[in-house]
Amino acid sequence: MKIRWISTPYIVWMIMFTVVPLLLVFFFSITVQTDEGITFTLENFKKLSEPIYLKVLWRSIYLAFVSTVICLLLGYPMAMILAGTDVKRKNVLIFLFVAPMWMNFLLRTYAWLTLLEKNGLINTVLSLFGIKPLNLLYNNLAVLLGMVYNFLPFMVLPIYSVLSKVDKSVIEAAQDLGANNFKVFTKVTFPLSLPGVASGITMVFMPAVTTFVVPRLLGGAQFTLIGNLIERQFVLVGDWNFGSAISIVMMILILISMGIMSRYETEHVGGGFFG
Amino acid sequence: MRFLKKFYTLIIFFFLYAPIIVLMIFSFNNSKSRAKWGGFTLKWYAELFKDNEILSSLYYTIIIAVISSLVATVIGTIAAIGIHNMSKIKKTVVMNLTYLPVINPDIVTGISLMILFIFIKLNLGFITLLFAHITFNIPYVILSVMPKLKQLDKHVYEAALDLGATPLFAFRKVVLPEIMPGVVTGALLAFTLSLDDFVISFFTTGSGVSNLSITIYSMARRGINPKINALSTIMFITVLLLLIIVNKRTSRKENA
Repeated sequence: MKIRWISTPYIVWMIMFTVVPLLLVFFFSITVQTDEGITFTLENFKKLSEPIYLKVLWRSIYLAFVSTVICLLLGYPMAMILAGTDVKRKNVLIFLFVAPMWMNFLLRTYAWLTLLEKNGLINTVLSLFGIKPLNLLYNNLAVLLGMVYNFLPFMVLPIYSVLSKVDKSVIEAAQDLGANNFKVFTKVTFPLSLPGVASGITMVFMPAVTTFVVPRLLGGAQFTLIGNLIERQFVLVGDWNFGSAISIVMMILILISMGIMSRYETEHVGGGFFG
Repeated sequence: MRFLKKFYTLIIFFFLYAPIIVLMIFSFNNSKSRAKWGGFTLKWYAELFKDNEILSSLYYTIIIAVISSLVATVIGTIAAIGIHNMSKIKKTVVMNLTYLPVINPDIVTGISLMILFIFIKLNLGFITLLFAHITFNIPYVILSVMPKLKQLDKHVYEAALDLGATPLFAFRKVVLPEIMPGVVTGALLAFTLSLDDFVISFFTTGSGVSNLSITIYSMARRGINPKINALSTIMFITVLLLLIIVNKRTSRKENA
């Protein structure tokens, strides 16, 4: 197959719709529109270092970090259980585990909205026991819950796929050599599963730090994360320059975290829903 | 230990399914309350099918998903073949370009495309939405086709040429059947990604064109609406049925 030019339409398309738009974002981030025209400046980035915006940035990273840790703690045992079940039941379990993921992301988040609100099911059940309605919605906890609920499968599936490939004889060898269950886990199983853990962490942290839907629906209109900040600049405020600067910072943040994690990912481990 | 495992699995599955099941149950609730049962009704379903906003967004969702996945599959498959035959350096550059939209946060892809469309004075609407969907779909097609091309024995293609086949005929008869599983996977992946996308669509559409995700978002922002529950129920059952069919088909193929 000598025809190398056949990928040219694709390359032209990608340059037009991926490279050029990103260059435009970069261009907007380092300029401001004044009456005399466009001037180059770092003002947009400086604006981001104001305390209110730093707080938003910090809160986004903090919530994404906490939700990643919760997903790891909840997800690891689940991945171990899935990897450990016998073949016949395994397929059904995996199927049941993946199915809710195929439901629209917004509907899954909306489901929690109806559960947590003041007249929602949880408060109604609590009131049967004489407990006064709690403010479950529009706080950090609700946002965390939404993140964990939506992104938990992204943690479980990569870990599961690595664990199910671990050679059983390695574990048996460790047991034969006198290691107890705890030692087998800390010295053999867990180190071997690190590539999966690393992908899981990236796959949860990335959407968690960039989402603006979860904070908007479960955190309320006043709840601001970095994603909401970007959305507001483009949809409401119309300050593309500042919005672009935040986007650039977000991209750098993602690249750094992916760079750290990719050291542990020795192989590509995706969920592989389509085989 | 066995009991503990079962118990843990049960809790996680409860956590995953309880919200969806509650949502589905209350789609049949006669009172608008989300907590008190007011009797069985199908009125929210009737209202759902009378809601023009939802019906039009359903229409756009499907049209965009079909067109964008088809276009992306064609461009992506052809591109993958070209990339496969590139020199190593060029290949690395182009593959990095391919990974760019995959690793880039959706919100950044969304706003960057929005800036581009406004910059070149394209009115935000159906066309821009379609372009955006094709753009984020192509890389997934390429990434699904590339592994199949790597497995391909290139001598078979050369043999076909030696036997007098034209390159196009050889491609159709020799290469395409071999890489078909990858192409189908890519097309399916593109189709579902397009169906489910919210963030990129949110920034790249306008003038009355919206997909289901955008409509759900604007409805949910206005507050609770039992019509959304009815919509969720229909969507979840559809997805479940599709998944069961796909699973049955693949497991039958494995057994055969």
